[in-house]
Amino acid sequence: MFGIALFVDPATGNRRLIAGLSTAGALGALGVAAAYLFTFSGEAVHPFGDALVVDGMSLLFAVIVASVTAMVTLASYNYLAEHSYQAEYYALVLLAATGMTLMASANSLVTVFVALELASLPSYALVAFLKENKGSVEAGLKYFLVGALSSAIFAYGVSLVYAATGSLQLTAVQEAITGDFTGLLGMGVVMVVGGIAFKTASVPFHFWAPEAYEGAPAPISAFLSSASKAAGFVIAFRVFTEAFLRVGSGEFLVLGADWVLVFQILAVVTMTLGNLAAVTQDKVKRMLAYSSVGHAGYVLMSLAALSGGGASATAKIEAGQFVLAGGMMHLFVYGFMNTGAFLFIALAEYWDVGRTFEDFTGLGRQAPVASVAMTVFMFSLAGLPPFGGFLSKYLLFGAAVNSGFVWLAAVAIVNSAVSLYYYSKLVKALWFDERPADKKPLEISSRPVGLYAAVIFAAVVTTAMYGVFGPVSDAAVEAAAALL
Amino acid sequence: MNGTIEALIAVTLVGSLVVMAGSDRYAAKLATAFSLIPLVGSLGMWATYDATGNALLGGDTAFTSRETWLALGPLPDIEWFVGVDGISMPLVVLTTVLVTLALVSAWTPIDERQSQFYGLVLFLEAGLLGVFTALDFFVWFVFWEAVLVPMYILIGVWGGPRRKYAAIKMFVYTNVASLVMFVGYTALVFGLGDAVSTFALPETAQALVVDNVQPDELAFVGGETLKVAAFAALFAGFAVKVPVVPVHTWLPDAHVEAPTPVSVLLAGVLLKMGTYALLRFNFTMLPDVARANILIIAAFAVVSIIYGAMLALAQTDLKRIVAYSSVSSMGYVILGLAAYTLYGVGGATFQMISHGLISGLMFMAVGVIYNTTHTRMVTDMSGMASKMPYTVGIFIAGAFGYMGLPLMSGFAAEFYVFLGAFQAGAFDVPNYDLLPAFTAVAMFGIVIVAGYLLFAMQRTLFGEYRLETDYEVGRAPLHDIAPLAVLLVLIIALGSQPDIFFEMIREASGPVADLVGGGA
Repeated sequence: MFGIALFVDPATGNRRLIAGLSTAGALGALGVAAAYLFTFSGEAVHPFGDALVVDGMSLLFAVIVASVTAMVTLASYNYLAEHSYQAEYYALVLLAATGMTLMASANSLVTVFVALELASLPSYALVAFLKENKGSVEAGLKYFLVGALSSAIFAYGVSLVYAATGSLQLTAVQEAITGDFTGLLGMGVVMVVGGIAFKTASVPFHFWAPEAYEGAPAPISAFLSSASKAAGFVIAFRVFTEAFLRVGSGEFLVLGADWVLVFQILAVVTMTLGNLAAVTQDKVKRMLAYSSVGHAGYVLMSLAALSGGGASATAKIEAGQFVLAGGMMHLFVYGFMNTGAFLFIALAEYWDVGRTFEDFTGLGRQAPVASVAMTVFMFSLAGLPPFGGFLSKYLLFGAAVNSGFVWLAAVAIVNSAVSLYYYSKLVKALWFDERPADKKPLEISSRPVGLYAAVIFAAVVTTAMYGVFGPVSDAAVEAAAALL
Repeated sequence: MNGTIEALIAVTLVGSLVVMAGSDRYAAKLATAFSLIPLVGSLGMWATYDATGNALLGGDTAFTSRETWLALGPLPDIEWFVGVDGISMPLVVLTTVLVTLALVSAWTPIDERQSQFYGLVLFLEAGLLGVFTALDFFVWFVFWEAVLVPMYILIGVWGGPRRKYAAIKMFVYTNVASLVMFVGYTALVFGLGDAVSTFALPETAQALVVDNVQPDELAFVGGETLKVAAFAALFAGFAVKVPVVPVHTWLPDAHVEAPTPVSVLLAGVLLKMGTYALLRFNFTMLPDVARANILIIAAFAVVSIIYGAMLALAQTDLKRIVAYSSVSSMGYVILGLAAYTLYGVGGATFQMISHGLISGLMFMAVGVIYNTTHTRMVTDMSGMASKMPYTVGIFIAGAFGYMGLPLMSGFAAEFYVFLGAFQAGAFDVPNYDLLPAFTAVAMFGIVIVAGYLLFAMQRTLFGEYRLETDYEVGRAPLHDIAPLAVLLVLIIALGSQPDIFFEMIREASGPVADLVGGGA
């Protein structure tokens, strides 16, 4: 229903047509998903023998994926001006987006796996798309190898779960879990965690991320770090709450392994490692890549803080729903601010500005509009008001506190404070620093319309998030309520 | 919903965007013209102002809008809630007046990237107006932080030689402080649990002060401890903004590096955010914690007054002198608040306005001198009075205001504060009997102020003209002098007729004073 299909002759040389059609396709999907989301009755649809489910959460993530895709395809029009194989590029992006949308709807471990691969395989090719560029090819290879490994781990985990329960459909798995085969099931659950950690660029499967984001064409980095991450999390939210958690009696009964504890550890390690590594980077894209790892750590809190909550069972469940919604909202805002930040990098690559912080000095003078947008993204990612990132972080951290995880929120806040350092380092380079004498002067000859439009759109949404945050977060809370 | 305040903020925001998008050639005049709209608007608000009491303690606010904005599950509701009472109304007027004057004072010194500069100043104004009118903590915090971003860029781009260092220092200091304060306040609200379901300040104050609800235990922090911790976090957060010694060190750097119009707004309005917030949060919502720690707070105030003044005495840069004197002057505000009397709290508020005007005038005057001479060093100058009589005349008048010469606003403000602080000695509350002793020490501050100002003036302004510079030193253009003259008129008006503002301040301060000692 939300697969973004595009039928264009790949041999066509009409760049404008393919970019336009892709963007129009993504926008169409966005429109449809958003319309369904806001008119969603609360009754989930289960097509294909319950292998898929269309509910509030899948619609919300379809909105996120479609928005990011639209911005990425729009920006790619200029970015790819000099490259060949453009039709293939857009086709791969749309195919991956279809996979990610499917991930949001997957309701059985096998559909999860298929959707995961559908999203991953085009992504490998996209990362290596700049085939003249060593870094890009190497990044693609590394991404592919780690991806293949974690796919294998995930598939093995699924097979163990199947061995223990005899089902693959998520709710059926949950019902089939008995006291038997706990060891087998536990192994399976932990391996599924591994597969998710890969897709969301979380520790311990995060180390592909800086390489891949650094080497990939910048719009693809944006795509992977926003849409792909969101899709990875939607799987995590659905699989762990539907298959490995029992809330029937009003209590959280964590099934298989104590994965809530696993996520607590992963959340803390991921956010801390991501942020500390980002501090030491001198290349902007790598800094953003590590910051993306850090943000994965924040979102992991929504699974890590599930088991807390108030005194009564209902209060516990409500707190759990809310913390899940917090994670979803952070991904929603992140989809705009992080995509925007990477698209700004795409703009810089288009201008051949360079990669290090020093290369970016003085850009504020040369391209003030884009630099203002980037400043918005940086401050929003750091969680400063008046930008969207502050609101979503507040919701997520507040939800964790509401669940009784004050310590987790405290770690996250300290991490946020650390992140301000490296984000403001870029702002400083853009606006304050004088260009070193030995650097070649910036030559900004053109203003690519597509890239500019995408960046400005992202900045406007990031700032204007206060307007739509209310209704979307209501939808997120409802979506989470359907899970628990 | 009353749209007045929203219109004021919206106009400045739109103005900011228009100016930024426009060309450099018209930026200065366009921004100044835009700033006249909120100026006239705020004067109109003042003329039709009809609030009673204190906004947080059961009073009615004027120009109120209140709508639920974001209802986030079990977290407190976020409301779009704005309005003014007798404490915020004068500050709103001060903001609009000073922004317009600061914009005019920027005409001479700002000669590059003007559209961005003027646009950012208008953006700053929108943030400031929001801070002084928001009555929902969340909205208030958004505005509070929104002020920081333009300030950071204004200092970092248009500042002096060490502008990067100063901008980043300011940003890091105040931002960490904001974070601490935000965590402190939200922890307090979370701790109150079901007693408050919104971030609206009046409801929280009502629960804490009137209904005397004690916060629940939060994680490993007990209810009573939570209150003290929240007070400490809030105090720490605001103390940086005020600034209070020993967290004042960002201020002189920021001031010295900032261009004149930004210094004017920094000293004139931004510092008031800190004291305004102290009054609203610490002293209104947690009076019992304040009362229990009154000696520590008073000590901070007195140290700021005396140490700030002594630091000013040691400076040879005119701008640094004025910058450090701000540390000293803001100390009086804290002393007044600590007194918890009608004249203490009211005097503190009055001092915020008065200091806004006087420090604005001083920074502008130093700026005008610098524009023509390109130096601010006391040691370089002598006999400036013979070359630029009008500027120097106004400078001297402003300095007299700073020293607290009667019939000028500084005198009225400090008089109220000292009166209030002495009255507090009569409270039947532990430790308050020591407050007059603290006040007596603080009063030495006035002597030091007079000392460094007279000393600086004697060396720079009088005597034989001597200044080695390649620039031609002469009378400043009219548009440089005009804002100074306006400020001087306002300072004298407030000094000779304090009731222009003090009436409304008194009405809003009384309920705060009643919390501890009674509005004696």
